[in-house]
Parts: sequence; C-alpha cells; structure tokens
Amino acid sequence: MAPNAAADADTFPKLLVRNARIFGARPAMRHKDLGIWQTWTWAETLDNVRAYAVGLHRLGLKRGETIAIVGANRPRLYWSVMAAQMLGAIPVPVYADAVAEELAYVLAHAEVRFAAVEDQEQVDKILSVMERVPGLELMLYDEKRGLRDYDHSRLHAMEDVIGEGHKALAGDPSVGAWLDAEIAAGKDSDPSIILYTSGTTGASKGVVLSNERSIRAASDTVAFDKLTENDVALAYLPLAWVGDHYLNYAQGMVSGFCMACPESADTAMQDLREIGPTFYFAPPRTLELLLTRVMIRMEDAGFIKRALFHYFIGVARRYGERILNGQPVPLAGRLLYAIGSLLVYGPLKNVLGFSRVRVAYTAGEAIGPDLFNFYRSIGLNLKQLYGQTEAFLYVTAQPDGEIYSDTVGPACPNVDIRIAENGEVQFRSPGMFTGYFKDASKTAEAMTPDGYVKTGDAGFFDEKTGHLKIIDRAKDVGRLSDGTLFPPKYIENKLKFYPNIREAVALGDRRDFVAVMLNIDLTAVGSWAERNNVVYGSYQELAGHPLVYDMIEKHVAEVNRSLAADKVMAGAQIKRFLILHKELDADDGELTRTQKVRRGFIAERYAPLIKALYDGSKEADISTEVTFEDGRKGVISARVKIRDMLVEPVPAAMGKAA
Amino acid sequence: MRAPGGPDVAVGDVLLAVENVSLSFGGVKAVSDVSFDIRKGEIRAIIGPNGAGKTSMLNIINGFYQPQQGRITFKGEAHSKMRPHEAATGGIARTFQNVALFRGMTALDNIMAGRTLRMRSNFFWQMLRYGPAMSEEVEHRRRVEEIIDFLKIQEIRRVPVGRLPYGLQKRVELGRALAMEPELLLLDEPMAGMNLEEKEDMSRFVLDANDYYGTTIALIEHDMGVVMDLSDRVVVLDHGIKIADGTPDEVKKNQAVIDAYLGVAH
Repeated sequence: MAPNAAADADTFPKLLVRNARIFGARPAMRHKDLGIWQTWTWAETLDNVRAYAVGLHRLGLKRGETIAIVGANRPRLYWSVMAAQMLGAIPVPVYADAVAEELAYVLAHAEVRFAAVEDQEQVDKILSVMERVPGLELMLYDEKRGLRDYDHSRLHAMEDVIGEGHKALAGDPSVGAWLDAEIAAGKDSDPSIILYTSGTTGASKGVVLSNERSIRAASDTVAFDKLTENDVALAYLPLAWVGDHYLNYAQGMVSGFCMACPESADTAMQDLREIGPTFYFAPPRTLELLLTRVMIRMEDAGFIKRALFHYFIGVARRYGERILNGQPVPLAGRLLYAIGSLLVYGPLKNVLGFSRVRVAYTAGEAIGPDLFNFYRSIGLNLKQLYGQTEAFLYVTAQPDGEIYSDTVGPACPNVDIRIAENGEVQFRSPGMFTGYFKDASKTAEAMTPDGYVKTGDAGFFDEKTGHLKIIDRAKDVGRLSDGTLFPPKYIENKLKFYPNIREAVALGDRRDFVAVMLNIDLTAVGSWAERNNVVYGSYQELAGHPLVYDMIEKHVAEVNRSLAADKVMAGAQIKRFLILHKELDADDGELTRTQKVRRGFIAERYAPLIKALYDGSKEADISTEVTFEDGRKGVISARVKIRDMLVEPVPAAMGKAA
Repeated sequence: MRAPGGPDVAVGDVLLAVENVSLSFGGVKAVSDVSFDIRKGEIRAIIGPNGAGKTSMLNIINGFYQPQQGRITFKGEAHSKMRPHEAATGGIARTFQNVALFRGMTALDNIMAGRTLRMRSNFFWQMLRYGPAMSEEVEHRRRVEEIIDFLKIQEIRRVPVGRLPYGLQKRVELGRALAMEPELLLLDEPMAGMNLEEKEDMSRFVLDANDYYGTTIALIEHDMGVVMDLSDRVVVLDHGIKIADGTPDEVKKNQAVIDAYLGVAH
C-alpha cells in the first residue's frame, strides 16, 4: 500500500481512482445477496461510481450541495457516498433506525435536496415528514420491493440512475472527460462528509470533516495497524456512525482493503464467520453478548467437552495474555497453550468468526477486565481506543504489545493531547473536524482559543504506562471536601465489573470521603448462595446476609486496591459501603428507562441511609415505597447494615490531576 | 395499507368458482349449498364464527374433502371434486391452521420442499445430485433464496424449524407455499396466535405476495381488523350457510353478519 496516500490522492474520489489503478482486480466490496457473496473489485467499483455520479449530475446534484444517505450497510449506499464526493457534493449519512422526527430534523438542518435511501421503509418514513423538509426534491432508493406503485416523479431507483450513467458514459466520450475534470477539481480542503452526532445531549450537531484531514488521519492509523489491501473488514456498524465511516470507509479507501456488507443486520454474526475479517471492531456490549452465548452453549455441552473447555480456558487465563504480548512464558505453559489452541481456542475463534482477525478494537464504554482478558487470552488481538466524532474517531489507541484493560492507550500518531485544569481531556489531531455545520457558536464552544478540541471527558495519564485513562464525563466529576477528584462513574464501573454487583451508587461530591450503596445481582449471588447452602427467602434477606456482605467486602477491597494504584484516584477510595435492601428499579423512578442511575432522586429517597453512611452509624433504618409489577404500591422497611473498609495507603501528592 | 398513488392489483376473471357445494359428515352438515367465486389477483377472505365451516370450505377447494354435491370450477375446468394432487399441480398452495412443517429440517429445506412439484430431473439424477439435477437445484435454490429475501428470514436459513418461535414458523410455512409459485394461495388463519407486531409483519407479507408475485389469495381469519384491512372481498359463513358476500364495508353493515357474530335473542 502507499505509505503516503495523501501525496498522490488528496480527496476520496482521487483515492478511488488510485485504488482502481493499483488494486484494480482486488475486491473492494462484498455483499451477501440471495445467500451468495457478491464481489466488486476496485475497478468495478470505480466504474459503477462514475456512472452513478454522472446519473446524479443529470438529476441535478451540484458541487457543494448535501445529500442524505439513509439505510443499512449496502454497497449502493456506500457508492452513493462515493458518487456524491466525486461530484464535490457532501454526503450526510443518517442513522437508519432514526425515528421520523430525528430524520426530519437532520434532513432539514443539513438542507438536503437529495436523499439516497435503502428501501420502502425509509421512503415511507421520509414521505411522512415531507412537509417539514421542504428542500427535499428527490429520493433514490436501492431496494425496489414495494415501491413499484409509488409516484415516481420524485423517486428513482439507484440501479436505473447508474444504468443511465453507464449509457451516457458509453455513448459520449466527452462525459468521461468532464467527469475526470470534476474529480480533479475536488480540493483537499473541501468538506468530505457531515456526520451528525447521536444527540444524547440536546439536538444533534453536524460534524463537518474535510477530505484532507480525514485522509491524513486514516493514513496514520492504517500505518499504525499495518493495514493493507489484503485485509478484510465486515461493515456492520451503523453507516452514520463515525466508527463505520472511519474504520471501514476511510481506512478502506486509504489502504485498499475489502469491505464486506452483511446480508442483513440479523445475520451479521453468521456473515462474520463466513467472511473471516482481519480487522474487527465491536463495542463491549457485543463482545459480552458473544461470550454469554458461548458460555450458555458450553453449559449444554457434554461432560468431556465442558471439562476440556474450562481447563484450557484456565490455561489461557494464565499464559494467553503474556504470549500475545510477547512476554516470557515457561515452556510447559507454551506447550499447554499450543494444545489448547488446537483443541479449544482455535475452534472457538472459528465459531465466533475471529480466526483471521489481526487487529480488533473495542471502544465506546468501559470494558470489564474479565471480558477483555478473556478475548485476549484466547489469542484475539483486542485493543482499546478512545475517540469521538469531532476527532474523526481516533484520539488514542493501544499499540500492539501495550495492552491494559483500564486504559485507552497513548495518543495516536500526530495527535496532541493535554489535560486541562479541570481534568478535561483536550486534543488536536490531524483528523479533527472543521466545525459544526451551520453552528459557529457551538463550534466555538467546543474549541479552546488555541485550537484544541474539548472532549467533555475527564481523564488523566497513567504514570506507569503513559496511557490515557478516561474516568467520566467532565461535568459529572466532583471533588471531595479536601479537593480530591471524585469520578462517580469510574468507581461505579469498577464495582459493576464484578458479576455479583448489579448496580452501584457512589457518593462523595463535597463530602469527606467516598461511600457506596450497592445492589447485588440476584442471579449471580443467588446461584452462589445455592452452592454454599445459604438459605434466603427474598432479595432483601440475601442482600442483608453477613456472608454476602463478606463477599462484597472483598470486591470493594479489590476496587480500593486498584484505585490506590493510581495516584490521582487514590484519595477516592471507598471508606464505607452498604447493600441496599431493594433493587433499584425504573418503575420506582430510581433508574432511567435505559438503566442509568438517577442520582438526585436516589439521594432524596435514601437520605436516611446516606446520613448514616456519613455519621458513622453501624446500621440504619429505612422504609421506601415500592411499585409492584401489577402497579400496586407497598412499603418495604429494613434495617441496613453498613461496613467500614480499610483504605489502602495513599501516596503523597493527592488531588492533583496529572 | 395499499401503496399510495398506484392502482390495485388488476382484479380480473374468475379463477375459481364454487357452485352449490354441500358437505356433510354423517348427519352433521358442515357446508350446505354454498356458492362464491375468487377472481384473479384479489385477496378474498372467508370469515365466520367458530364452526361456520370455513376450514371445511378451504379443504374442499384444495381437494382434501370431497363435497357430496356441487361443482368447483378452477381455471375454467369444472370438477365435481378436486383431488389434492390435482389441486397442487394445478397451482393451489396452502398453509395450515396448526403449522405443518418438517420440524427437523431447516427453514431452507422446508421451503425447498415447496419446489418438489417443479423438479423435472428424474429420481436417478436427483439421487446422485449431479448433472441435470444439480443445475436444476441451483435454479430452484435461487428461487427459494428470493423468497427468503422476500420474507426477511435470512438469519434463520439454517435453523431447524422446530427450534423457531411460532411466528417465524408461520412465516416459513408461507414461504414453502410461495415456493410452489401458486396461482391460488389458501391461508388458514395466518395470524392465529400472533402478537400485534407479528400480525402487522404477516399482513405486509400477504399484501406484498399479492402485489409482487400477483398471487391470488384466499384466507380464513378471525381477526376482523386484519380481514377488513387486507381483503378486497369477504364471504361470510355461519353454520355452513353463506350469509353475506361483498366488500368489507358492505359486509360490516350487513345485519345477518352482525347477528351471527353478536348473537340475537330468539
């Protein structure tokens, strides 16, 4: 591959032309259709995209205009992106599962005249909000089914548009020459795409990225992970998410690797196995789901298989990580691991579709160390990265051989990171956005005067490894009364990684020390109770059991140890904890419907317990109103015990962010 | 639920006519002197309270029961009785009230089984799975894959149907019936036991099958909402007798139908 892609091709259309020239016969894209994998080479892709661009031009798409892309990962939608870019128009991908309201907002805000959509479902959705998107003139659709009887005055099938383009190109050589000139006219500073943020905090903002910056960032990471035209990725992440556009589209264009589109969202797991990608990304939740599935199936397996599995997973836990990192391992360990590879890890990876994965990333939320280490121990080179749309994804990434479950790695090549006074992570990177679309004030808010982007996340650099650790959203980070940093979510996540702990609420902002209230996981602790002959009648009884308290105390002590290992966090160790007498429940308003803790409400509701945590009492009485599943209300009263924890020695300078 | 703007499927000539058909089991009259027709391209519903003779009527049409009296005209050919194999080769496919699939076989194989009648190569080649049998299988498989795509069941292609939830089994069964490329598709309570979302999906597939493949559909259904939304014409049976026949709106207003469903004081 070309080490310096930016030199010979500074826009995506020019990259496509280059790829067709040097990787012409190699696969650019695959898509499973009617049960068979269809393949398009780079040459064929260029051919189709050129025809598509001509077709779009004839329909009136002009340089600088925007075009919405709505749908799942399908070749023709990616071609829509490429064709629009070829004409100098700006693609605006929108989440396929966006409800009509969100869709209308983005389409109107981005001022699209054109929309390239997947199928009837999306056409119907857009038609239903048509009056709110007055600028929209034309829709193109990929899947013809169900659309035959629609009014086609403002609706075209992509296939037909591409067909028209092919005809025009074949019939008149000047059309091809004109298109070449259009491609050459594209400038590196032109916006290449607008990605709308998901908008969990207020209205979504359109992040504008430019050709030059996108390609520079992608070139850096392609070199970082040594991606080449021989790599394969499964494009199953949402088209509108920066992750897909970066990892698959931009990196694919720069390195020339093949992007495989799954048959449908539901078949992605099977398609993964058939394609056997070499580059893979999955959010922690997906990895957890996969592992759970494997574990459930193993429970159903025969005795010998089960014993074999558990034995060799044990071997992998001992040696796998070290072998992957190239650290010294005793010969016997290597031998056992080799046998395990043959009998367990190899077949397991094959079932999961990971046999050929060379580089895998996870990001998005904190990943449990057990989960992370499991995949690494069976030989999957899973790494973490940290990034955001405004950075065009990458801010930090873990290099091979320097992998820790609780860091997100050092700054990526050419990325400049600093920690602000308030603990916020700020960065400057090659791929950083040029601004929010039509929103200069928001852009100004997100940037520092000297050109750094504010991430809104609080973090610090780990002293031992030099890696960045992200602890929480900056606005959620509090301070203890002595000024020590108190990141509630960071502490809660550490606790929640233990299967026995279902929910945790950390307290400490403007208080003397950190205390937590916990929920045990009834399934996990219940099965532990069964195995240990602990008799209980209800959640409340189990939660108050002294043996359960002992077990949880061990977990809290471990969390304290890991907190103490970081100078910045050492002051935020847990001094006291209690196990709540009832499970936090969305029906009682304690959690949001997405299972997030509602701190303010909990602080009010459990005021007597919180008071007891901080006044030194050994136990406290509480009665709370609960809503039963049938809607009836009742009152649960309990006497909740409180345990004191020993705190690990705190190193000297505490409370100062690194 | 029809696509806006476009015309409905062209409803044409009579595809199947039932004339003065009666069927009794011993002394029990299941169907007596019923006549109606099904026109090409339409969705025709047969409704009625429990025991009205709906399933019997369907069984008469596809030849499973033979009526004692009356005549069935299918594609212009009159039969005093249909035979199941005549019905099948003639282009009538059906699904069942209680799913009747090969439970140990995958969804794909079940739908493939629907192609059996269209297999032309002989038993010998089939056994070897070679030569003409192979090229034929490729063609059939393509058709089956189109149906799998149509019904959006790609993810269960290789799953034995016995392991599938009920709603999906119903969908596979519809797939098998569609694989026969029938001219007339009989659906026996396609929405029975489904939740709202599954019903909506199934309705969509029935409408699309009618629109996309141009299949004429006759269905029995209990859910009145579904019937009124889907069908072009409705025939109402009660105690084996036809009490109404017409468009959903006409039928809804018919006093005899209201009485049959709500009961009247005698």
